[in-house]
Amino acid sequence: MCLAVPMEIKSIEGTTAYAEMSGLKLECDVSLIDNPAIGDFIIVHAGYAIERLDPDEAAETLELIRGAIDSIEIIHGSDEAAQR
Amino acid sequence: MDFLADFRRPEDIKRLADAITHRVEPSCDYVFMEVCGTHTMAIGRYGLRRLLPDNVRLISGPGCPVCVTPQRYVDTAIALARRANTAVFTFGDMMRVPGSSSTLSRAGSQGGTVRVVYSPNEAVSYASENPGTEVVFLGVGFETTTPVVAGSIVLAESFGLSNYRVLAAHKLIPQALEALCAPPELLLNGFILPAHVSAIIGSDAYKAVIEKYNVAGCIAGFEPSDILQGVLQLVKQVNEEKPRVENEYARVVKPEGNRKAQGLVALMFEPVDSEWRGIGVIPGSGLKLRPRYRKYDASEIEVEIEPTQENLDCRCGEILTGSILPGDCPLFGKACIPENPIGACMVSSEGTCAAYYKYRDV
Amino acid sequence: MQTNEKQIYMPSNDTIQIGHGSGGRLMHRLIDEVFAPLSGGGDDDSAILDIDASHLAVSTDSYVVQPVFFPGGDIGKLAVCGTVNDLAVMGATPKYLTVGFILEEGLSIDDLRRIVLSMAEAAAEAGVDIIAGDTKVVERGAADKAFINTAGIGVFEREPARLPIQPGDVVLVNGPIGDHGIAIMLAREKLPMGGDIVSDCAPLNGLIVEILDVCPEVRFIRDATRGGLAAVLNEITSGTGLNCEINELDIPINPPVAAACEVLGMEALYVANEGKIAVVVPEDAVNAVLGAMLAHRYGRGAAVVGCFVSGDGRVIGIGAADTRRIIEMPLADQLPRIC
Repeated sequence: MCLAVPMEIKSIEGTTAYAEMSGLKLECDVSLIDNPAIGDFIIVHAGYAIERLDPDEAAETLELIRGAIDSIEIIHGSDEAAQR
Repeated sequence: MDFLADFRRPEDIKRLADAITHRVEPSCDYVFMEVCGTHTMAIGRYGLRRLLPDNVRLISGPGCPVCVTPQRYVDTAIALARRANTAVFTFGDMMRVPGSSSTLSRAGSQGGTVRVVYSPNEAVSYASENPGTEVVFLGVGFETTTPVVAGSIVLAESFGLSNYRVLAAHKLIPQALEALCAPPELLLNGFILPAHVSAIIGSDAYKAVIEKYNVAGCIAGFEPSDILQGVLQLVKQVNEEKPRVENEYARVVKPEGNRKAQGLVALMFEPVDSEWRGIGVIPGSGLKLRPRYRKYDASEIEVEIEPTQENLDCRCGEILTGSILPGDCPLFGKACIPENPIGACMVSSEGTCAAYYKYRDV
Repeated sequence: MQTNEKQIYMPSNDTIQIGHGSGGRLMHRLIDEVFAPLSGGGDDDSAILDIDASHLAVSTDSYVVQPVFFPGGDIGKLAVCGTVNDLAVMGATPKYLTVGFILEEGLSIDDLRRIVLSMAEAAAEAGVDIIAGDTKVVERGAADKAFINTAGIGVFEREPARLPIQPGDVVLVNGPIGDHGIAIMLAREKLPMGGDIVSDCAPLNGLIVEILDVCPEVRFIRDATRGGLAAVLNEITSGTGLNCEINELDIPINPPVAAACEVLGMEALYVANEGKIAVVVPEDAVNAVLGAMLAHRYGRGAAVVGCFVSGDGRVIGIGAADTRRIIEMPLADQLPRIC
């Protein structure tokens, strides 16, 4: 129970924002987040932006996910490394 | 960056599955429960169970708010749908949930007024355009959805509406985790914590229960890479014997969560003991509209509800607490199938049984 | 002064009344002035056809779509294309259609003219004649603007091969899936979202001729309408004793349609189409068939999506990292969900 999608705010009118993902434009309520701005990435659930999505954190998480790849090589590489 | 596709890459999924396989201690069992129906669906949809080593077990908990909504609530909604000058608006998830003798879908086809919407704001718009109709919105869901329903009441208030009401059945996850961990025969090593519930309540909200029961915890997003990364982190926590709350979904979840959304919910709702279908009453695990908002409370509407009739063979309760698997229920796949669901676990697309049935192993 | 122009008594702002279905002069005026673009037949009780064929394909379908006008088409275009396609997928050449209208009292003449013109255009593109028709009018509220039934007759200009599907046979689709169902849903439910999402409604008989020309031994063609690609694949597969394995990452889908499915919690595999076919061909014909499809207006997004292997009548979806799941026959129409 948490179906929500990442979208980008393209315009704002009062508490309504027009957000976009892959060419789909959606009208959503932004009254649950502070200072919404054009260009913000938001998570949209049932017609509301429930939080912002931070692209820098997203990039870091991807690095972490790929950090797992480095970890395998380290584990296979040496015993001390495997202790890490 | 594509925030969905980049977290679904085949090479990342394969490498994470390998990393988990290399990281587990062969003699240990790792039992992790996810408590969010969207996780249940994603695990099934992407076939993630088969990628994990045999000693890592993912079990599904009471993560589907539709599944844990009491039968009486469905009966009440049906009664309201049949009431004159009343229209029930709902998320699609509720339409086929079995009540004592009918479903909302059937009631709608037999003359009741039931409409499926994507957002409760659509119900508010309808109420403002149809002042002669009492509009009732079915407020089900966990903490992700409660602020949205609260927002719809704010909108109704701003329009000065007196014909918009919410039938609230919202439930709270941390209290459910407490109830799941309390039995002494607990076999869980950790929780895959929900992504968007956490976006609202914050990662700090789980600290108390994780520390009290010494179970591993990791908030994980819903894409396959997120989930596998979450499982990997849980495995590491168990190996290091350092259970704590980790947050894989840091791109959305903050330690304090969404304070504004929390504030709105606290303004309008108060905690209340709540019945979870198949499990029983969990103290302080539900929300009720505060007396100040009674004009938006649909439970104030007088309507005759049929006596509740539970199916005694249904074992959804044990499924929801992870005590048994769908295959262990004698009704699963026989009397109880998606076309003819007996319990909520089978009808809800998020329900454990529906997910297991749909994504059953090939 | 010569009066070549016919007097038109039904202005655009006029509406359908009960009397228009009563068989009298009002109805004849309606036929003359509004249905004229469709009258390939005469005034007799029945049309008489000269067909030299040992067997015919016959199909009928009723169209009750709401709303009647939607991005990419309308109920009229749907009614022509749907029946044309049902004949064409059998390998027949669609020739004649009949049309039955059930009109709601109060339907605007303007709307009706739009629908009729749309049908005439679709029929012209498909190369079919509309040779018989009927009109009834029901009270306001008993229909939603219009219901249409079309029945169609097709002749076989070549014998379809009708060979059973074998392991190794390949499945193709002629383009992105889910456009029609999502376009309809957005229009009907007035959801707070939109995009470049347009129904794919189209007559596919021309495309199918191109396919049969390069591969007369096509195993199977069927259009993927209600229930989506998942339904048609299950229909094709059940009873074959084989499994149909689909590479989900190869299924074409337009990005805004995929996004709408994410938002609403639906899967494009189960969303209705009105211009898509699943085509099963022997492995050695794939390149020729794909080439023929890509070269055609209604096959531009064509793709190979899977193949048949030994099994037990199931459709298997293969996803990222080779994960596998069963793609079942859908239960009922998908509903937007939050869970």
